[in-house]
Amino acid sequence: MKTETWNITTAIPRQRQGEPTPHWQDFHLEINPEKTVLDAIEMIWANHDRSLTYRHACHHSTCGACGMRVNGVEKLTCITTIRSVTKDNGSIRVEPLRNFPVVSDLVVDFTQFFQNLERMHATQVAENQQSYLPYESNEKDSLNLERLVDCIECGLCVSACPVALTDKAYMGPASLAGLQQSLAANIDGVNMDLADYEEGAWRCHSAYECSAVCPSNVEPGFRIMDLRKQLMRKNFKKWFGNKENQA
Amino acid sequence: MTSKPTAIIIGAGFTGCALAYDLTLRGFSVTVVERGEICSGTSGRTHGLLHSGGRYCVNDQEAATECIEENIILRRIAKQCMEFNQGMAIAITEEELNFKEKYQEGAENCGIPVRWMKPAEILSMEPAVNPKVLGGFEIPDGTFDPLRLGLAFAASAKNRGAVILPFHQVDGIIVDGQSNVTGIKVCNRHTNKSANIKADIVINATGAWAGKIAALAGVNVPVIPTPGVMVAFNQRLVNRPLNRLDLPGDGDILLPQRRMVVIGTTSFEVEEVDFIPIDASQVQQMVERAAEMVPAVMNAAWRGSYMSARPLIQSGSDGRSLSRTFKCYNHEADQGLKGFVTITGGKATTCRVMAEKTADLVCSKFNIKSPCRTSEFELDSYRTYYEAKTDQ
Repeated sequence: MKTETWNITTAIPRQRQGEPTPHWQDFHLEINPEKTVLDAIEMIWANHDRSLTYRHACHHSTCGACGMRVNGVEKLTCITTIRSVTKDNGSIRVEPLRNFPVVSDLVVDFTQFFQNLERMHATQVAENQQSYLPYESNEKDSLNLERLVDCIECGLCVSACPVALTDKAYMGPASLAGLQQSLAANIDGVNMDLADYEEGAWRCHSAYECSAVCPSNVEPGFRIMDLRKQLMRKNFKKWFGNKENQA
Repeated sequence: MTSKPTAIIIGAGFTGCALAYDLTLRGFSVTVVERGEICSGTSGRTHGLLHSGGRYCVNDQEAATECIEENIILRRIAKQCMEFNQGMAIAITEEELNFKEKYQEGAENCGIPVRWMKPAEILSMEPAVNPKVLGGFEIPDGTFDPLRLGLAFAASAKNRGAVILPFHQVDGIIVDGQSNVTGIKVCNRHTNKSANIKADIVINATGAWAGKIAALAGVNVPVIPTPGVMVAFNQRLVNRPLNRLDLPGDGDILLPQRRMVVIGTTSFEVEEVDFIPIDASQVQQMVERAAEMVPAVMNAAWRGSYMSARPLIQSGSDGRSLSRTFKCYNHEADQGLKGFVTITGGKATTCRVMAEKTADLVCSKFNIKSPCRTSEFELDSYRTYYEAKTDQ
């Protein structure tokens, strides 16, 4: 790690719970550009303003708590270096995720998001083979092993999704991707009908913003399309299948 | 029906969340206050190794026994956020190979099931291991997701009536004229409004910050924040946690976490724990040491580095020692301060039993005889923490 120091300005919208609109506040920092945006936020809280609120836990991209918008783009701030988002004497803008209710400052309310995932029986642990994307090569040595799946439930995909921005009832990319995975893993109680409605799998406009911002290889866009393929197959069978099968 | 005794827990790390669940099951009306998000201090930043106890089976058998007992329980009650593929303690040097008998004897004494493996078997299971490996034990280690383990305990507490208040900072401990703690002064950081909350007992479960919170009540807890650095790499090089077949040292744990491996850790003491800068030279040394186990670490892309401050307890203190690994301070017996208890020390793997011992002490103060039940059933889904809205 280099011992360079940059001067940067961090602009953050400040908002107490219940206030209708935020006001912007600038913080000036001296920081090593190899540090992360989350380090910068934590430094602001520790050294400049103890009233700043933000979510974080693991600091290494496994928990999904620290998602924010940095210069208008969804980032997992614990693995986003200062160098990658600004320059010396430059500035960064850090905002809470979109499409979630803001509680205060950078903290958003994840209640609906987690309820949707739970409804889809999205799993956090799956067999090793099923934890990878279908088009990735599977290694034989990992048979009979399990692992924590890729989705860290950070909400970046929902924040970046243009459909979620305009339709509050849309189930959202994380839950649809979660359903696609729980179907593959044969989790009890999972049925693809859970997404077979207008605000479910059919609402996606395939903008693929979700896959573009996903920090954890989940590829929600790909998974939504795969889910649609499965639904089409099922519905085609239902609509045009032969009579014996319908009875 | 008589009203339930009320308890406030300060700190929503693993211990605070597990204690909230335990006390709620035993009939307390529990409120948890936490300055930041759940697990935003030390707990969230743990490397996520579910210890088998193998790491401590030679030099600290009491801790090792605790680890294996809790390992078996957590595997059952918290499997929703855990991958369990066994782990390995491997010998790279002759010196480590000579440690084999001692390790095996220690593991047997502690009840840790281990199985010796020859280099060929190790390399067939984990091809990324250094081909110079001389042998190793298979040990029942696992990996867990830190935030979700905390949330699962918090959800189980909340679903049974506990009130959990993240983003609530404790600004004072209220003590009456007779050395009774009667409540806390707390600031809701979302609204910046302060309030007093009353309780029959206040439990300080703030880990590395326990000394600071205890000082608010005028008592001393000799906890030394001892951070260690960890580095995450952007490649799942192994499927099982790896340890060195040796006494615990720097850079001797390497474990898988989703598509990463995380290596840890170092150990040094600090006074200020709110923001701990990372020492780059320590990181370099640790990476080199971890590369002795898995050489590919040197070529893997760096994903992030972070610090976690362990709450280590100064020895020779006057606290009521429950074990070598964690301590529950009964401030009434020690310093005459009633209605205030501190739990600190320990490790993530033992959080449930730390909560159990603390709840035992708290129950004894209220003459409540109900036994601990947290090991009996699986925890509620961590996502249900976000369901029932019992926030203010």
